[in-house]
Amino acid sequence: MKTMRRSTFALASVAVLPLALAGCTEKSTASTDDITVTASDETCDVSADSGTTGNSTFQVTNNGSKVTEFYVYAEGDRAMGEVENIGPGLTRQLIVSLPEAGTYQLACKPGMVGNGIRQEFTVTGDSMSASDESGQLAEAADGYRRYIRSQVVALQDTTQQFVDAVKSGNIEQAKALFPVSRTYYERIEPEAESFGELDPKLDLREADLEPGQEWTGFHRLEKDLWVTGPQPDTNAIADQLVVDVQYLADQVNAEDYTIDPTKIAGDAQGLLDEISTSKITGEEDIFSHTDLWDFQANVDGSQAAVAALQPIIEERNPELAANITQRFADLDAELAQYRQGDGFVFYDTVNEQQRQELSRKIDALSADVSQVQGVVAGA
Amino acid sequence: MTDPTGSTDTTTTVDERKGMSRRRLFGAVGAGAALAGAGALVGRATAAEPPLTHGDVVAFRGEHQAGVVTPAQDRMHFVAFDVTTKSREELEALLKKWTVMAERMTAGEQATPDGAIGDGLYVPPSDTGEALGLAASQLTLTIGFGPSLFDDRFGFASKKPAALEELPHFRADNLDPARSGGDIAIQACANDPQVAVHAIRNLARVAFGTASVRWSQLGFGRTSSTSTTQDTPRNLFGFKDGTNNIKAEETDVVDENVWVASGDDQAWMGGGTYLVARRIRMLIEQWDRTVLGEQERVIGRSKGSGAPLSGKAEFDELDLDSKKGHDPVIDVDAHVRLASAQELGGIQILRRGYNFTDGSDGFGHLDAGLFFIAYCRNPQEQFVPMQLNLSRSDAMNEYIQHVGSALFACPPGLAEGQHWGQGLFT
Repeated sequence: MKTMRRSTFALASVAVLPLALAGCTEKSTASTDDITVTASDETCDVSADSGTTGNSTFQVTNNGSKVTEFYVYAEGDRAMGEVENIGPGLTRQLIVSLPEAGTYQLACKPGMVGNGIRQEFTVTGDSMSASDESGQLAEAADGYRRYIRSQVVALQDTTQQFVDAVKSGNIEQAKALFPVSRTYYERIEPEAESFGELDPKLDLREADLEPGQEWTGFHRLEKDLWVTGPQPDTNAIADQLVVDVQYLADQVNAEDYTIDPTKIAGDAQGLLDEISTSKITGEEDIFSHTDLWDFQANVDGSQAAVAALQPIIEERNPELAANITQRFADLDAELAQYRQGDGFVFYDTVNEQQRQELSRKIDALSADVSQVQGVVAGA
Repeated sequence: MTDPTGSTDTTTTVDERKGMSRRRLFGAVGAGAALAGAGALVGRATAAEPPLTHGDVVAFRGEHQAGVVTPAQDRMHFVAFDVTTKSREELEALLKKWTVMAERMTAGEQATPDGAIGDGLYVPPSDTGEALGLAASQLTLTIGFGPSLFDDRFGFASKKPAALEELPHFRADNLDPARSGGDIAIQACANDPQVAVHAIRNLARVAFGTASVRWSQLGFGRTSSTSTTQDTPRNLFGFKDGTNNIKAEETDVVDENVWVASGDDQAWMGGGTYLVARRIRMLIEQWDRTVLGEQERVIGRSKGSGAPLSGKAEFDELDLDSKKGHDPVIDVDAHVRLASAQELGGIQILRRGYNFTDGSDGFGHLDAGLFFIAYCRNPQEQFVPMQLNLSRSDAMNEYIQHVGSALFACPPGLAEGQHWGQGLFT
């Protein structure tokens, strides 16, 4: 990371009401109303294609060999709920609130790639959503908070796997898990940056160190894995990473963790700025060259933040909403060229001209995303 | 100054002690008032017009684009764009938007009405603000279109002028593709560098998604005079440069060599001109180790007065036949000889270049030189033969290297209600 403080103007007097209907993932016993989702590397079988307004519960089982994700999208790919990082053989539950009648989309993403395997899900019944402005903003904030929390769950899981591989001396596996675990961090980095010294502990690059400063976190382990080989304190650094990620989880899962709706747009912009400043140049993952994983994660996170605001943008500036959707699609298509297996090619194989093209797509998208805050604030 | 070529160079002289500041102008026009064309601010020139001052406004609209025969300002920021969109409509929309902004900024206004601070706290300001309170500074913005724009992307292929053929490779060219070419160029010239940079920056930022900066160049210290009212400036070799340049006042010469006539080529180019840009790195360390006599032999002029070696004063005619014993006074490969109209069968171009220094090269040498800009009626018949001659045998080649190159077709000036590039879309 390069620390960036993008301060966002808080909107005066917007009450953010936590909605009672929050999507959450937990392990609980399935009831008869539950919808089962059976995922494999090529399929996504869902036991129902319709439901009623209010809460729906999905039991998602991954029978494939790749890690998968399951999403429920409203129009414009606004994630109403998601469960990440479902490893082979695991079952996860997703309770999602769908307050409006309409056509939603369900998606399994084997290998966590692309648009996923999709199908429609029709919801009927009376509207249960807030129609007033502050209600809309509260819903956006709530949706984004849900996204943050779901990413942190996955971050904890994958970080633990990564750390286990490091500590057992399984260098190859650790190298493979490094960019995967970072993905969940990079998607929500601006939020993590709001917790004081946490971000430097987790994500400081060697180039950011001050004299005498202790270097911990992902990039320190990156150097151990790719450059120096394990050091006497590698395991201690790995343990510290788990502790620091746990601290992040405690913060975002706290009862009083709220998100200012105007800050969501700031996060969306901040994530794109992250790419422009340190990912495009290859400075972020200078030892491993796994920058493209981070790049995609920043884009995903930015898109999720914008999507949380989508109904508001749609309503107030439909042209901007359409532009942003198109620009995200352009950027995703550009990135897709560099996919390899479940991940990406290494960034040192991406030449100057290709980086330039990525950078141009980012600039184009950023110019539009920079307008979102004003739309949300009603400027 | 008389204004022979239409209203390109009409200027308004304002209170010289204050200049026309963006803030004061804004107050005068009123918040959000659209500028009713340059005519609202800029009076027609009269024969008795006083000389230009630094704070003046140069008219944006007129028969020809400003920034060509306009007396060369002190500073330049030049930018070349690649068009990144595939949509003809988006490109046209950008050119329209640019026109509005350019007209405002050349008049000394913000890029958008009150854009620096008036858009509210929740949006990025639509004017970047660094020119607030600065005078118009004779800002001119000149647009040109490169050969690459006339491919199959936008349906301009049939509009491509024959004269816009890519320049050939010249001997010893060492061109960096990243500093060459481009679909669209904008030359910003002003007497205040901050004003020129502000203009380019604001045009570039609204282009994201439609066009992207391919390369840019800052220049200081004009290296040519383009008006008889100006002294001849010096380039980084320390020599007066542009003594024999075409001057704006020589209207017949300008019409013959600079402006495209309506029957020359494509109809949309009538009244336009072609811009050749060459980034010429000067190997100044080698030059600075060269004795004065050799420097003067290479150029063919005296370093002090700028007089040709065959004469006594700066504006004495070049006498290419004068001999000293058996040898010509002006060496056979002296720069002035090879670039002279006599030697080239009457070819002349309007030079409008700037000095540059862009840091250093890692070998302890300054990355410095001349950002050469020439305007001509037909580059294939003027610049190309001239440069072929120079690249073949110019004694100066030992001390220079051409590292960037671009060619652009600059359309004629705009009448009221017209926008940049309109001729391409009709």
